[in-house]
Amino acid sequence: MRYIALFIILFILWLLLSFNFTLTNIAIGVLVSIITTILFGKYFIYGGIKFLQPQRYFWLVVYLFIFIWECIKANFDVAYRVLHPAMPIKPGIVKVKLGIKSDFARMMLANSITMTPGTITVDIIDDYIYVHWIYVSTDNPEEYSQKVSGKFEKYIKKIFE
Amino acid sequence: MEIISFILICIGILFNLLGCIGLIRLPDVYNRLQSATKCVTLGTCSILLGVLFHFGFNEAGIKAIIAIPLLFFGATVAAHALVKGAYLFGIKLGDKSVKDDYKDVEKS
Amino acid sequence: MIDYLNILLYVQIALCIFCLYRIIRGPSIADRMVGLDIFGILVVGICAILSITTKRSFILDIGITWIILSFIGTLTLAKYLSGKKLNE
Repeated sequence: MRYIALFIILFILWLLLSFNFTLTNIAIGVLVSIITTILFGKYFIYGGIKFLQPQRYFWLVVYLFIFIWECIKANFDVAYRVLHPAMPIKPGIVKVKLGIKSDFARMMLANSITMTPGTITVDIIDDYIYVHWIYVSTDNPEEYSQKVSGKFEKYIKKIFE
Repeated sequence: MEIISFILICIGILFNLLGCIGLIRLPDVYNRLQSATKCVTLGTCSILLGVLFHFGFNEAGIKAIIAIPLLFFGATVAAHALVKGAYLFGIKLGDKSVKDDYKDVEKS
Repeated sequence: MIDYLNILLYVQIALCIFCLYRIIRGPSIADRMVGLDIFGILVVGICAILSITTKRSFILDIGITWIILSFIGTLTLAKYLSGKKLNE
């Protein structure tokens, strides 16, 4: 199952990149995709059957819009901090509790946190995620875990779990 | 179409400029990574989107639209690896920092 | 339109000089690696603008290859910084 999914993804990527639909080109694409699948198939993600359910794609589109909006808003925030003469920054590393179990969903949550300007994921140990934050506004753990990951967590739980 | 593409490229270069100013001004490694990686990645994504609007959906536009997620995941994973590597190498947080929860984990 | 894009190309090349400043002056080794990473992303932007001004689409292929090579290089250097062997 995993091998077939990886093969289809690689073959579509080959067709889009070379953009040339003669018979020779398609034959070369099939050959290269088979060799790559045999070599790297065991590193692909588990549970590919989940990606056939259509309601996950609906939440994925909603999540993309929210994510781009957060990205632009926080980008202007960082730009303000850089351009201000006194540089109002208060950096620090905080520890946030996670509510997600599966590995792939955790990877996507860490990527989302890293891509929002102002926060970078440092490490994940057991159930906690360590985040470097450019402006630590409160000392209350409930409040800052809501600020860092609360917006993304419920959508990611619906999409990837 | 030409006008939209030109505006997107201008916005991208503006973000790149802000990111590079952050790279010069901010005090320590972690804050430089904060400002630089994200502003520059978003700016380059905007430039690639401008290229897509300029060429339309043909050979070149498809290449630009493939490059966007590749750049996105590559830049995030590289930033994460750099932060962890710099912390394990022993570079201290800057003077202005207020909180460090990761310190006691490394000891054990 | 092409003339204005040429001016923007020079602006983007001038931004690379900021990164070179950080690579030369950086107080520690991690600063230099941050500069190198950002330099790689800026070159992809240069490739994208060049593909419009010269009307040749194969320059975007160079950009995609540059993304992957810069990613692998940064990961290898970060692995070296954290003090592990390459096969761990």
